[in-house]
Amino acid sequence: MATEKKIIKAIKINADLCNGCRACEMICSAFHSLPMYSSNNPARARIRVVRHPLEDIYVPVYAGESVGAECAGRDKYIIDGKEYDECAFCRASCPSRDDFKEPDSGLPLRCDMCEGEDEPMCVKWCITDALTLEEREEEVEIVEPQEKLDIGLASLVETHGMQKIMDAVTRMSSLKDFK
Amino acid sequence: MRYGETGYNLEIDLTRSNIERVSTNPEDSQLYLGGLGTNAKIMWDRVPPEVEAFSPDNLLIFAAGLLCGTPATGCNRTIVTTISPQTQLLVFSMMGGFWAPELKYAGYDKVILRGKSPKLVYLWIKDDKVEIRDASHLKGKGAIETAELICQELKEPKAQVAAIGMAGENRVYFASIEQGRSSASRGGIGAVMGDKGVKAIVVRGTKDIHLSRPAEFMELCNEAMDYIKFRNENPIPGVMPILAILGSPQEMKIHDEKWHTENFMWGNSRERRKGFWTEEIAKDWTQTMEKMRTRLISCYNCPMTCGATISPPGKPTYMMKCFSKLTYTMAAFSDLAFGLGIAQSATEHGVDGFSAPQVMAFALELLEAGILTKDDFPGMPEDSEGRFYWLLDHIVRREGIGDVLANGTYWAARQIGNGAEKYAHNNIKKQEQLPLKLSMLNPIYFLMYATGEKLNITQIEGQFPQAPFPTREEREAFVKDWFQVPDEKFKQYFLDWELRGEKSIPFYPTPEMCCDIVDWQERMHYIDDALGMCAGLSSFPLKPPYHIHNYPKLISSGVGLDMDEATLTEAAKRYRTLVRAINTRRGMRRKDEKPPANHWKKRFPELEKELLDTYYAFKGWNEQGIPTEETLRDLGLDYVYEEFVKRGVYSDNGDTPSQATPAVIDKEV
Repeated sequence: MATEKKIIKAIKINADLCNGCRACEMICSAFHSLPMYSSNNPARARIRVVRHPLEDIYVPVYAGESVGAECAGRDKYIIDGKEYDECAFCRASCPSRDDFKEPDSGLPLRCDMCEGEDEPMCVKWCITDALTLEEREEEVEIVEPQEKLDIGLASLVETHGMQKIMDAVTRMSSLKDFK
Repeated sequence: MRYGETGYNLEIDLTRSNIERVSTNPEDSQLYLGGLGTNAKIMWDRVPPEVEAFSPDNLLIFAAGLLCGTPATGCNRTIVTTISPQTQLLVFSMMGGFWAPELKYAGYDKVILRGKSPKLVYLWIKDDKVEIRDASHLKGKGAIETAELICQELKEPKAQVAAIGMAGENRVYFASIEQGRSSASRGGIGAVMGDKGVKAIVVRGTKDIHLSRPAEFMELCNEAMDYIKFRNENPIPGVMPILAILGSPQEMKIHDEKWHTENFMWGNSRERRKGFWTEEIAKDWTQTMEKMRTRLISCYNCPMTCGATISPPGKPTYMMKCFSKLTYTMAAFSDLAFGLGIAQSATEHGVDGFSAPQVMAFALELLEAGILTKDDFPGMPEDSEGRFYWLLDHIVRREGIGDVLANGTYWAARQIGNGAEKYAHNNIKKQEQLPLKLSMLNPIYFLMYATGEKLNITQIEGQFPQAPFPTREEREAFVKDWFQVPDEKFKQYFLDWELRGEKSIPFYPTPEMCCDIVDWQERMHYIDDALGMCAGLSSFPLKPPYHIHNYPKLISSGVGLDMDEATLTEAAKRYRTLVRAINTRRGMRRKDEKPPANHWKKRFPELEKELLDTYYAFKGWNEQGIPTEETLRDLGLDYVYEEFVKRGVYSDNGDTPSQATPAVIDKEV
């Protein structure tokens, strides 16, 4: 099987080094404002620091996919005697909470790793090194696109028979939408 | 649209429960910037000298600095301004933390409180929604505890809370306003908040702060950040550890306390303990700190980690910064474990970490001297630590002798009488100062102590080294990359400054040079206080990332004001003069402007007179320290001049409120 090299980007979050300053939230919102840096507002950030100083809780969390519905149940972690907020570590923009949504429109926010920059802005501004960027190369299998198609068709043929598939392809090829 | 600032203040009349959102005049920003500058303008316009600290007509202003909430690293300070019950002058204490940016994000530059609430309340500001809420259930609660309870009851974990403890509620003259890891402590502003019946101001904001020319502004921010990294990796050689690096003095990080424990005074600013810092103590104190310190922490948008979370055994966790680490320890002749422990209680009660320990040590001195007797301290334990806890408790509750002590050493001494005045020996303008007693008069420090109106030496010193370096080579190395100087002449002043001989203190730097040096140092603090910048990244440390050369660019690209070094210097001079004018109008005169008589052993009355005369003239003040007509007109402060004439200020050598001042105090020890 042929393989290729792919760069995987990961932000390493060392919560033990977080000083709770929220510069990451500020610069994230500034970078993503339009025009760039024209405004900032941590409530729009795609990162948030879960922060309870007296309990020594400092956890930077990034915005991931938005979900249409909340989970069937919620979770709550206790680690080394510290109790974290409900769903504290979850990256989803979710109906159950206000996090990772534009404060005015409610539209979901998602971390894009500040595409196009050398490193995400939150990493650049975190000079206490709670946030660092790790890039690693991984060998991944090259999957031929054709091969994927063959597999899919074979399973359709198995279900419907070759003739029906051929007819369907002929019919569809005459339709405008598929041209 | 306004840039950097929001353009709106919240005006809250506590007597009538009236809340208004008021737009501000952009011209004032050009003239007075923001923060302290515009606070001073409001205080001048609206608080005449007849208004006392605890009058409903006194204002209590919480201002976010002009650049708070912008991406400028370390710009997070809240400037609280009012009339002090202790000094009866303008007080403008500051706090870092997270409150000021949050206020900006909520859409306001200032919260201006007037009147008095008939019952204890707290204010809840969430963007456009502002409420005055009942706080009767929070009466007597600690400041930090209050913040936690309010966040829970509002279900707003991200809200920022500035609160007072019992000391503020009971109008202790050195009560602070606490805000998590920060506090605005000096001058009893917490007492004014308590007098107004406000337990806390709670803020949560989710709006945008805009920049005028973002690309330019961000380039300056990036430069500052790169320079911070450079300075972190390259401490300044030849100065003590806390002065070698950036940040508010890094007391939570640095274990070596030889300098503080052997050069600062113990007890009621009395005893210098040479040879105190032994290997054994160093080991013991390091262990104490490492055991209690959970984490080094920062204010909003700042990497400097000047604060720490402290968990003393058997007590709740709290946050600490700076020199409160040692003030209780040294006042009580105790150890670090005691100091970190009692500071927890002091933070919850909300008292100033400079004044409170000195007041307590002063009380114990009076007991020892027989001016106060055992009957004044019923039930007080015998050990020093126990006595401090007993005193703290009685002061914040204003119980028994605590009711007298709660007025600070100056007023307490007058109430106690019987010779107590000479024990209140470490005050300037009625306020307790850092416990320092030195040998040879330092002319630069003389001027700063005498004329500073922030009444704290750390809030005026900073840019110029405190002492000469021993060799020419070291001095040359120091000035090589000293680009922060406003003028090349400062390098020469420093190069020529010797430890001994003709060019040493007290006669060098010359009075003229001292004027330049003091003026530069003070100017940088005043600029910080208008912008909301932490002094730890600007006016306090040597060679900071923010200075007179990049500040005008930050202001003009951030706020869109027309600003260069000359206009910024003039603006700073304008509101600095306005601060003096407010205090002049309240009776402050030359006789009030003196360091404690025993601050230096070797004094030089003629030189001191010359220094003050020269400095007053340099500043454009007359021989009484009053800004002259010419100065006021040059700065566009004609309205101040007119008021001065109307009130006969120039012919009045000050009766209110300073008639009882010094003379008596200044003879002792």
